Amino acid sequence: MATTRILEALGRLYIGLLLAFLYLPIIIMALMSFNVSPFYQLPFEWTTEWYASLWQNDQLIAATWNSLEIAVITTLTSVVLGSAASLALYRYEFRGKKVLQALLFPPIAIPWLITGTAMLIFFFGVGIGRGLFAILLGHVALALPYVIVVVSARLQTFAPELEEAARSLGANQWQVTVRVTLPWIMPGVIAGGLFAFAVSFDQFVVSYFLSTPGQTTLPVEIYAAIRKGFTPEINAVSTIIIVVSMALMLLTARFFKFGGEK
Amino acid sequence: MAGVQVSDVSRIFGAHKALDDVTIDFADGGFYALLGPSGSGKTTLLRQIAGFDFPDSGRISIGGESVERVPVEKRRIGMVFQNYALFPNMSVADNVAFGLSVRGEAKAVIATEVQRALDLVQLAKLGVRRPHQLSGGQRQRVALARAIVTKPRVLLLDEPLGALDKALRVDMQIELKRIQREIGITTIFVTHDQEEALTMSDRIGILRDGRLVQEGPPEEIYDRPKSEFAATFLGDANIFRGDTTGNGIRLPDGTAIAAGAGATLAAGTKASCAVRPERIRIGTDTGAADGDANMLKGQVSKRIFAGNNSTYFVERAGQTLKVIVQNTGADRLAEGQDVVLRWSPESTVLIAAT
Repeated sequence: MATTRILEALGRLYIGLLLAFLYLPIIIMALMSFNVSPFYQLPFEWTTEWYASLWQNDQLIAATWNSLEIAVITTLTSVVLGSAASLALYRYEFRGKKVLQALLFPPIAIPWLITGTAMLIFFFGVGIGRGLFAILLGHVALALPYVIVVVSARLQTFAPELEEAARSLGANQWQVTVRVTLPWIMPGVIAGGLFAFAVSFDQFVVSYFLSTPGQTTLPVEIYAAIRKGFTPEINAVSTIIIVVSMALMLLTARFFKFGGEK
Repeated sequence: MAGVQVSDVSRIFGAHKALDDVTIDFADGGFYALLGPSGSGKTTLLRQIAGFDFPDSGRISIGGESVERVPVEKRRIGMVFQNYALFPNMSVADNVAFGLSVRGEAKAVIATEVQRALDLVQLAKLGVRRPHQLSGGQRQRVALARAIVTKPRVLLLDEPLGALDKALRVDMQIELKRIQREIGITTIFVTHDQEEALTMSDRIGILRDGRLVQEGPPEEIYDRPKSEFAATFLGDANIFRGDTTGNGIRLPDGTAIAAGAGATLAAGTKASCAVRPERIRIGTDTGAADGDANMLKGQVSKRIFAGNNSTYFVERAGQTLKVIVQNTGADRLAEGQDVVLRWSPESTVLIAAT
């Protein structure tokens, strides 16, 4: 059974390397946010100086709040609109339905650079221009297909007899949706919401096109800061974001375990 | 509680006539089976009665009230689906409570009614479970409790026992019948299982290609089928085809088969005679018949022993006839043996050619 043991060891090594590949850069960045040297120099000396100066960096903080605000509004908007659209596509037959469904996928594949340019031209053309509102509109447009795809996939596993059973018991359309259909698609809605949040919060390209100097998001602000000259404050803000988003992901994973159907 | 009247109902899907001018009267408090092969329109008919789908023409009334354009949620019906369709996100009790809850009943009323319904289906203690923690038979009972707790005017069952294994199905047949008697609700039951239709229902409607072929009590349909289809779909039948002689037929080889009194047809037209396999006596005695006026000679080609009875396949003039003999301890006939088949005219049904 020596071969089994060797295979097992190789397996462990593989997992270890994979995790290292994924997390090593992040861990180094997090460590460096607590290092005195701004140029990644060793030996490591503990400091919270960069966090303190981050606290003073109003521009970075304002951009962080902008990003969060836009991400939350994008998530809520695209989840509501996307779920409603998925339900409509699931329930009703109408002219052009196939075309509409087919047209939902390409935006996911079109490079954001091109989408961003198109949005910039369009928003200028219709008078919306640039700024936070334009960014928000852009993000919702980017996130919507993701929500629809994820929620629709979940709806494919829904048994239509459940809605029929609810109706036969006297439930109207609203009661059927809220009490039978929504609980079933909720994991899809939450997953779609996570996608939407990630698309918005991570968004650089489209935000870059649509932001103005005063009105910008965190990724764009970080990019601008790096161009001016790298500061460990970027490490600090990135570390905070990573901790918060990982906590969110873990919470969601827990929720899925309890809220799932089995 | 209420009777259901279906009058001249047709439903067309594209070029396909799913229901073709169907008229049935479902009596108040009766247990009615709609029997037919798949694609016969039985489920389509049930969905028209439920209100999931509306007929293209014809009328449907429940308790005298016209409902053919009333949507399902306003028809006050109870329905049990083939796959039960229990809400997976709710406990058993919440599933049963659903119909009362959407109606806005008070919590105390709901609790009492749900408990009563669960008692009726003998699941009183399982209210807190989730559907996926139940066995198939238990899910079936929950689905039934959920359908009847709202006191619907009619109970519709769409192949409700199809997903259960044989032994459980027989238990549930008895159980379903008991509950139906207890609450006295008009029940319409869709099935493709002829045995289920025979054992459970007061009346059976046989459907084929969207049409009602025959309708009546199980005994009447079994003993007096009006078509070859009804004769062979509900139970087994030996079919002889020939020319009418008035109250019987003459086979192409000249043999006469006499049918019982009653239906007579104009002589000279084509007709068939149906005989149930268990009505035929099989033997080797070629002597004169004693009352069993019909007699045919043949040869046993196969015998299938099933414990309480044996089925003989008898070859005769290119036709294979089926004879079922109870195991009475009498000598069994061997394959290849020449035999004589006898049966009475009363066991023979004359059917006009269609």
